Amino acid sequence: MQKVVEPKELDHIFKDDMSIMIGGFLNCGTAETVLEYVNELDLKNLTIIVNDAGFNQKSKGKFLANANINKMITSHIGTNPDIGKKMNSGEIEVELIPQGNLVEQIRCKGSGLGGVLTPIGIGTKAEKGNKVMEVDGKKYILATPLGADVAIIKAWRADQSGNLIYRYSARNFNPIMAMAADTVIVEAEEVVKNGELDNNNIETSNIFIDYIVETDSSLL
Amino acid sequence: MSELKSKIAKRIAQEIEDGDVLNLGIGIPTLVCDYIASDIEVSIHSENGLIGLDKEAEEGFEDKDIINASGRPATIKDTGSFFDTAMSFNIIRGGHLDMTVLGALQVDQKGNIANWMIPGKLVPGMGGAMDLTVGAKRVICAITHQTKKGTSKIKKECNLPLTAKGEVDLIVTELAVMKVTEEGLILQEIAEGVKLEEVIEKTEAELIISDNLKRF
Repeated sequence: MQKVVEPKELDHIFKDDMSIMIGGFLNCGTAETVLEYVNELDLKNLTIIVNDAGFNQKSKGKFLANANINKMITSHIGTNPDIGKKMNSGEIEVELIPQGNLVEQIRCKGSGLGGVLTPIGIGTKAEKGNKVMEVDGKKYILATPLGADVAIIKAWRADQSGNLIYRYSARNFNPIMAMAADTVIVEAEEVVKNGELDNNNIETSNIFIDYIVETDSSLL
Repeated sequence: MSELKSKIAKRIAQEIEDGDVLNLGIGIPTLVCDYIASDIEVSIHSENGLIGLDKEAEEGFEDKDIINASGRPATIKDTGSFFDTAMSFNIIRGGHLDMTVLGALQVDQKGNIANWMIPGKLVPGMGGAMDLTVGAKRVICAITHQTKKGTSKIKKECNLPLTAKGEVDLIVTELAVMKVTEEGLILQEIAEGVKLEEVIEKTEAELIISDNLKRF
């Protein structure tokens, strides 16, 4: 099973109307080489699941500003005025979810859970559209699983089988999203031979990874 | 303005104890770091996935993979650690944060706080603010007392969409330190050189004046 590919070999995976999960927190830990390529595909009507909208000049923020998006599920868009404008004009539907609830929803999908009970958002607009349950006299929102057709994640080092190690705070949503999509593409800054990573230090196991793309070194 | 903000940050720093685990929000809360007593040790949590956050990185020493929650290049202490977002919010919700310091648009006498949107004008999203406000053991609101137009931000009841209900413990402004209690909002301290009447006049919330009113 050959997982290491060039971006152009990912062509068959992407389609209009699909949902895509993108790892990263602001500019940190996002698969920029893969996103540059996906932007060229001119996909329509995407649903995007992402922590934040980034900055519109760079990385995922640039991708989001240029992509044809129908709906975004996210915790924060304040750093990207282009997305704010598109939300206000009705071009993009934005569903805002508290960050910890968002990551738990994604974790539920990848972990076979029907949901988690979270106290975050009770008494606020974040309650809207969610089931509220009471346990021992305390109210919780039932946060339900959230998956995607494709996840695009970023790692520091990958071996050819797809074992991953992340670097510093670039880990963020990446290992959680790696478990929550039908097809998972990882971009790694360095792809090494099998056996070269210490088995003790693997943070995401290869079973979650379908494709590996090496970062375009001009972006590093 | 920066002098007012420093005054707020300096007062909040006095609330911090040796060994505390803290999360400091954007704006005035970030300044709190500069005033933490040098003889205590604290751990600063950053919701993007680390404990042991240190100063912002100096120019030329930035690492693209070490940022703070504002996205700025940061550094980490030798004793720090990194983790994924699920763990980061387990720390927040699970009662492992002693304190969070957050800015706000409005706060009220019941401890309600609004800091994530102004309907029709500004909808940035809540990011991790709802999680931090509900999850941290103690929530301190760092806020200037009035808007630029002179409206009190210390309300009887917030009229902007809430970040969390009844979670704020202490409100610190450039004029006053106020504690949220079951009985109501207690005015505990007023700033040096400020008259009590001025604080009352500039506060929309009903204040209970402490018998032991102090200066800060």
